[in-house]
Amino acid sequence: MSILLYFTIVPLGTAFLVTLLRKKKGISDLLAVLSSLYLFGLSLATAGLTKSHGVMIYKVGGWFPTIGITLVVDGLSAFLLVAINLVAFLVLIYAISYMERYTDKWKFHALFMFMLAGLNGVIISGDLFNLYVFLEIASISAYALVAFGVKPQNLEAAFKYTIMGAVASIFILLGIALLYSYTSTLNMADVAYCLSDKAKNPLLVFIWVLFLAGFGLKAALVPFHAWLPDAHSSAPSPVSAMLSGVVIKTIGIYALMRIFFNVLGVSINLLSVLMASGILSMVVGAFLAIAQNDIKRMLAYSSISQVGYIIFALGVGTPLAILGGLFHLFNHAVFKSLLFLDAGAIEYSTGERNMDKLGGLNNKLPVTGYTSLMAAMSISGIPPLAGFWSKLIIIVAAVEAGYIGYAIVAVLISIVTLVYYLKFQSFVFFGKLDAVYNKIQEVPLAMKTALVILAVICVMGGLMLTGTFRPFLEGASNVILSGTGYKQAVLGAIR
Amino acid sequence: MKNKEPGMSLIVKTITRFTVGLVLVYGIFITLQGHVSPGGGFAGGIIITLAFIQLMLAFGQDEVLRKLNQEKGLLLAGIGAILFLVIASRIFLKPQQHSFVAEKHFQLLSAGFLSLSEIAIALMVAAGLFVIFLTLVLLIEEEEKEKK
Amino acid sequence: MSLYFLCFILFCVGLYSVLRKRNIIKIIIGLGIMEYAVNLFLILVGYRMHGRAPIFAKDQEILNMVDPLPQAMVLTTIVIGLAVTIIAVSLAIRIYEKYGTFDITKIRSLKG
Repeated sequence: MSILLYFTIVPLGTAFLVTLLRKKKGISDLLAVLSSLYLFGLSLATAGLTKSHGVMIYKVGGWFPTIGITLVVDGLSAFLLVAINLVAFLVLIYAISYMERYTDKWKFHALFMFMLAGLNGVIISGDLFNLYVFLEIASISAYALVAFGVKPQNLEAAFKYTIMGAVASIFILLGIALLYSYTSTLNMADVAYCLSDKAKNPLLVFIWVLFLAGFGLKAALVPFHAWLPDAHSSAPSPVSAMLSGVVIKTIGIYALMRIFFNVLGVSINLLSVLMASGILSMVVGAFLAIAQNDIKRMLAYSSISQVGYIIFALGVGTPLAILGGLFHLFNHAVFKSLLFLDAGAIEYSTGERNMDKLGGLNNKLPVTGYTSLMAAMSISGIPPLAGFWSKLIIIVAAVEAGYIGYAIVAVLISIVTLVYYLKFQSFVFFGKLDAVYNKIQEVPLAMKTALVILAVICVMGGLMLTGTFRPFLEGASNVILSGTGYKQAVLGAIR
Repeated sequence: MKNKEPGMSLIVKTITRFTVGLVLVYGIFITLQGHVSPGGGFAGGIIITLAFIQLMLAFGQDEVLRKLNQEKGLLLAGIGAILFLVIASRIFLKPQQHSFVAEKHFQLLSAGFLSLSEIAIALMVAAGLFVIFLTLVLLIEEEEKEKK
Repeated sequence: MSLYFLCFILFCVGLYSVLRKRNIIKIIIGLGIMEYAVNLFLILVGYRMHGRAPIFAKDQEILNMVDPLPQAMVLTTIVIGLAVTIIAVSLAIRIYEKYGTFDITKIRSLKG
């Protein structure tokens, strides 16, 4: 199954090639878009293969697992690979025109490809330390990308992000070190196997806390959310779209799911902690979002709130809730990146991010206006769109599991979400056009293409629940539901 | 009193002339012996960079920038990285053909692709680290110039 | 066992420095301390009394060796730590250029 190796080789190779060929104008765009298109195709092929093969294993260098590193792809990994590479491809198309405003475009592409390699690596890795290394590759390039504009705000946000991210990484590393000292192995399936043989130990609780703090910081759960609004709103828009849409989900939520559900095993305590922090994120993120005037800052707070929904769904822990949570994860990746790209398009045309100063842009920027309307409707849960279904599933699952109070909070927060997205739409796109903006133009073709494709996926997302796509989603949720059954699946596939 | 010529005093320059070659050779030695004894591309690469940094400290930046500037450094780092990626993916994609474990022990020419990859890593690390050093130093100098 | 606790105290010193200090440079140093505390812990995890390095050598038989895997991990972590430090330091230089100070309480153009 050497196909898995290409997920890291291709973006790394592209990053190095872009560095070498930086003098030729336009070649970095071409290389980056082509390789991300290739990766997207590869991820679709992988998703197809996991359907027929089940778990796929690649032994790096031919070493036998538990001695060597393994790459593992199962339903969950394939699901996230598709989401990541889809968003990355469209963001890179968008960036062809958008990043023209910055000098040294090749640096953006090189860093972006490093980040993509890191993200793909986190997903396919079947080894704890390898996961940490890829997580750091993704994080470090994200720190640099946030500071890309080198304006004072960018630097401040990037510094905050760097410090918080580095502390989180060190927590994760300490957790891995303790886990290694306890089980003498790093292979995730093997760690799960060793832990099931051993009696309960207070050390495990400490490891839990470390991982929860580390990945919680990376996923910006509420007590740890301080860096996210700064970092995501200061970065260039394609980077914000990538950070909010994919990065916090991959290095935060995915790693959390994989390690807690598949390796350490879940307990009632953990589920209630996840549920409580999910609800807290939802409420705090939503109420802070209402107060914002800056478009991108509001979107960033909204990300905290929506991530709360996903974590809450994981905490409920019933099959339906996890299905809904994963579906919401995919939807959020699509519509939040669309919204950030729209915010970027508004900034591109008008040079303004403050909602109070904008208005009536719908006539001037029709494509941006309508795509953003689709995304806003989807994220706030208007019926035929994808966001409605995922939220509905989460709330129904919460009610079924008996958490009626939490379900009511989730419904109320959904209404609050609708409020602040209506505010966004009416302040920016409806109403009277300011005379200052009479001469603005619609964004270039490349940006329009990305926006329209994302909007179409946003509208059609509800189809994921039906017919051919449903096994794809269920394959992902089954991996989480099987819990520590992951070890049998992986060790079985090795032999 | 300020020195007219850039760099440090005559004593430092003389000693640097003697030692810089030794440091460079030692770095290359560590790199080439990486698959036989402790060491390897990363350690060797850092020692090679240290030789350049020593030159820069002793003789001032213009002397070194003439030999290796950021452009050239980036080019070398890119070449090293691509070489390493090619070697690594060749080994990883066909693991049966290449053995990591040497058949002949304690010899310079053993372990197949492993020694080649050490050279690539050393190139990447040496050039990359030196570019980082240059960038940070030049960043500070720019800032000082702006203040004046 | 006491060694592990000393290691943990070192970790806490670093964490204190990151959380409580106002100077950017001291925060970066704190990060370094935390990182090296974890590295030290990893080395201690793999250490065995009177063990020697697991390197194949001529005419010698190795009976009691330390675990090489944590050492390989530490090498990787050092490289990662180098990258993080470089990013943080270059950001600090740029921040000083723009704001003229290293005090984080005075660097507040973003709020909310």
